[in-house]
Amino acid sequence: MVLSKISSQSDVSVHSTFASRYVRESLPRYRMPDNSIPKEAAFQIINDELMLDGRPRLNLASFVTTWMEPECDKLIMDALNKNYVDMDEYPVTTELQNRCVNMIAHLFNAPLGESEAAVGVGTVGSSEAIMLAGLAFKRKWQNKRRALGLPCDKPNIVTGANVQVCWEKFARYFEVELKEVKLTEGYYVMDPEKAVEMVDENTICVAAILGSTLNGEFEDVKKLNDLLTEKNRVTGWDTPIHVDAASGGFIAPFLWPELEWDFRLPLVKSINVSGHKYGLVYAGVGWAIWRSKDDLPDELIFHINYLGADQPTFTLNFSKGSSQIIAQYYQLIRLGHEGYRNVMENCHENAMFLREGLERTGRFEIVSKEIGVPLVAFSLKDNSRHDEFEIAEMLRSYGWIVPAYTMPADAQHITVLRVVIREDFSRTLAERLVLDVTKVLHELDNLPVRLHAKSTAVVEEAAGEGGSGRVNGTFLKKTEIETQREITTYWKKFVANKKKNNKNTIC
Amino acid sequence: MVLSKISSQSDVSVHSTFASRYVRESLPRYRMPDNSIPKEAAFQIINDELMLDGRPRLNLASFVTTWMEPECDKLIMDALNKNYVDMDEYPVTTELQNRCVNMIAHLFNAPLGESEAAVGVGTVGSSEAIMLAGLAFKRKWQNKRRALGLPCDKPNIVTGANVQVCWEKFARYFEVELKEVKLTEGYYVMDPEKAVEMVDENTICVAAILGSTLNGEFEDVKKLNDLLTEKNRVTGWDTPIHVDAASGGFIAPFLWPELEWDFRLPLVKSINVSGHKYGLVYAGVGWAIWRSKDDLPDELIFHINYLGADQPTFTLNFSKGSSQIIAQYYQLIRLGHEGYRNVMENCHQNAMFLREGLERTGRFEIVSKEIGVPLVAFSLKDNSRHDEFEIAEMLRSYGWIVPAYTMPADAQHITVLRVVIREDFSRTLAERLVLDVTKVLHELDNLPVRLHAKSTAVVEEAAAAVVVAAGEGGSGRVNGTFLKKTEIETQREITTYWKKFVANKKKNNKNTIC
Repeated sequence: MVLSKISSQSDVSVHSTFASRYVRESLPRYRMPDNSIPKEAAFQIINDELMLDGRPRLNLASFVTTWMEPECDKLIMDALNKNYVDMDEYPVTTELQNRCVNMIAHLFNAPLGESEAAVGVGTVGSSEAIMLAGLAFKRKWQNKRRALGLPCDKPNIVTGANVQVCWEKFARYFEVELKEVKLTEGYYVMDPEKAVEMVDENTICVAAILGSTLNGEFEDVKKLNDLLTEKNRVTGWDTPIHVDAASGGFIAPFLWPELEWDFRLPLVKSINVSGHKYGLVYAGVGWAIWRSKDDLPDELIFHINYLGADQPTFTLNFSKGSSQIIAQYYQLIRLGHEGYRNVMENCHENAMFLREGLERTGRFEIVSKEIGVPLVAFSLKDNSRHDEFEIAEMLRSYGWIVPAYTMPADAQHITVLRVVIREDFSRTLAERLVLDVTKVLHELDNLPVRLHAKSTAVVEEAAGEGGSGRVNGTFLKKTEIETQREITTYWKKFVANKKKNNKNTIC
Repeated sequence: MVLSKISSQSDVSVHSTFASRYVRESLPRYRMPDNSIPKEAAFQIINDELMLDGRPRLNLASFVTTWMEPECDKLIMDALNKNYVDMDEYPVTTELQNRCVNMIAHLFNAPLGESEAAVGVGTVGSSEAIMLAGLAFKRKWQNKRRALGLPCDKPNIVTGANVQVCWEKFARYFEVELKEVKLTEGYYVMDPEKAVEMVDENTICVAAILGSTLNGEFEDVKKLNDLLTEKNRVTGWDTPIHVDAASGGFIAPFLWPELEWDFRLPLVKSINVSGHKYGLVYAGVGWAIWRSKDDLPDELIFHINYLGADQPTFTLNFSKGSSQIIAQYYQLIRLGHEGYRNVMENCHQNAMFLREGLERTGRFEIVSKEIGVPLVAFSLKDNSRHDEFEIAEMLRSYGWIVPAYTMPADAQHITVLRVVIREDFSRTLAERLVLDVTKVLHELDNLPVRLHAKSTAVVEEAAAAVVVAAGEGGSGRVNGTFLKKTEIETQREITTYWKKFVANKKKNNKNTIC
């Protein structure tokens, strides 16, 4: 007689994942579990929880690339286990980084001789690149001051109030004062004249942004260069410029090549660009390029003896994956000038289409410019009954992530919604978004007003403390009973109306 | 009549990759090409060139993980397009980071209450973690000095000369003086007594290493803590300790849990560990953990308004991939204490096996200790005829990458070879390595001496130059450089020896391949 019952406790690997006990138990969240669990269970549990994250491709808040070709995905997977910093062991990967640096330096018109090597480095992102560039400026300025016998304990940097938070980090961590040029309503980038006015003998550099985070606008670097050249002539301070081209660095050369913003301007000494924004690579790669060797003080460079030759390095991070560097090289040779131009033109066209679609609703003012990063930043013409934060919230239920935020000082009363057009945002998606925005407006028109009169002051206060200018709305609740009563009354009327007018509507 | 000839110029996509014109053309290396090329060609060209990189799993120089389970690879691929810093958009990924921080803090015995949240952050690696920890110490010290009305313009940090290069970076970039305790022959880690002696009122912290890069040794953090506590009592300076547990943080708790090196010691205020070393994750993740909120000055923290709630952040990097964070969480829950213990025990056993195998050749002295990171660091007993750099070079032709380097000051005359035992280095591979090392020794014994007699002085000079470079490089990792005698001299010498060698061989054994 054969026993047909098999003990189900002994061989756990027999069980299909969702039949096993692992999905019945709560995983410890704050302490490591004592025992191991099967790899299938571990994968499933984590995978399932991650389903509740936003969908990267519908995340219209981010500039960072969310799609690459499968061929590149394969290169990325193969390179996951290569530690980029092991130059000795992975000389080809190191060479690929050097090629990328040179290609990007030439893209930015660095004044290099025929066979002169470019000065630059691959980083984890623009934050690291900016910190390295800032460090180079600080050290150069300190050396200059010491040579003149002048105090060098109060360095400062002049930027617009629209700078991304990493400049504030740089200032705070490296003990440099941040002098911000305030914005004004209608003018959301750094005013070159006001910036040059703020420059003093302690200024280590003026930082301009090509592609402001808030509305995608390119700052007028040429004007800044001309005004600063004049001031330098008068003062003799020789203050340089850094261009934060995190977004714009891979857009301007392809869409507006005649726009002078890069090393063609003599005062521009370093530029950073994010490979993972319009460089079209996944998150985790940026580039810092210097004009020439003179602009990077040698004392900051570490010389590692590499295969008997000197390999100079200047990074904050050490070990990191090689995948994104290889992916950047793939994109540069795969697309070439032609391919990048095509991608940027598509993005630009789709941005213009979206802009027109939103304008046609008649309810929005477009805050972004036509020349700049392909994005559309827009405000409600009338936000007294419902504001941009509510639109952002309602779009979430359709699947879209569109951020709403207030401008930094001195334009805090302006709130915008911002949609970033990336490579993978097609015309079809743009059409759908316009449709969904229209639906949301319609829904909001039929809803009662939230948090009007009393709490307007409180909302402004909360927005002011956000600091970076990026705030996703906070709602303070009235007493619950009041709100419930108000809403119930309106809904009763609404539902009654709808039922009368249209029997097909789903309530 | 059907035309059977198809124009082969119009539709390039018809051609198989190696039949297309793209493999005939040289790709521009320093300027972007004007035109696009097909994705298959781009993939193939890059893939083929990368074949000439070293094989990651045979790279025995690195502590960094080179293998993960396929299930984890899948999670990694799915997360490639998630920008970690978008906390608002990816709340689950953010939550996973917080869980990892808490798990690791508890692993290090952080003095947390039952439902108290740990203070820590995920970073790109230990370099970033160390810079953050150093920044916290510097700011805390500055605030303390200012409150006392004392000057705070000359901060310094006390470490051993065996520190990894990122401490030197921290010192140079954040304008802190680095006071190094020199090593001596036979003692390759920081001496706690000498370290405490060097502490002065400007010292922002003393940094101890759990798992020295050079020989894997754990520094005696407990002794340092006791000596420093006594000095603090006398001076009132309250100097804290940071433990760089980049390698050791995921080893000691599993193999030697009774070893006190973490937050159980009162002066330890912050610890960093590399998730991508014995945390068993691919390159790109590290962790910085602080003892408590007090040890992380609030002015360094940026408060981002996140879903209406405050999410404090303290990192140098902003945008980065989410894959490694998710992979770390996978490992922590997949393996648990049991799994990590098993992996570390296997590594330790294989390290001991390799150690014995090398000792049995009778030619090596083992420089690494038995308690420490699972690695074997070894020197030749006699390196007058051939040295460790030559062994490293010859092992390369067998496929192994084993680094050779000189110790930092004051033990520069010592050269070691170092094999790191990672999770994926099995007993079989260890046996093969011992075999290949034995073969290399044999081959070297039969080779003429390179650069002997006349050029010993030159070699010493070159070695000194190399050490200077290593000193600047800081990490002590140098792969040998050879200065050539004049070419003619060398050729003559070698030809003479080879003629004799070949003549002998032919006489003695007709089967040998020359």
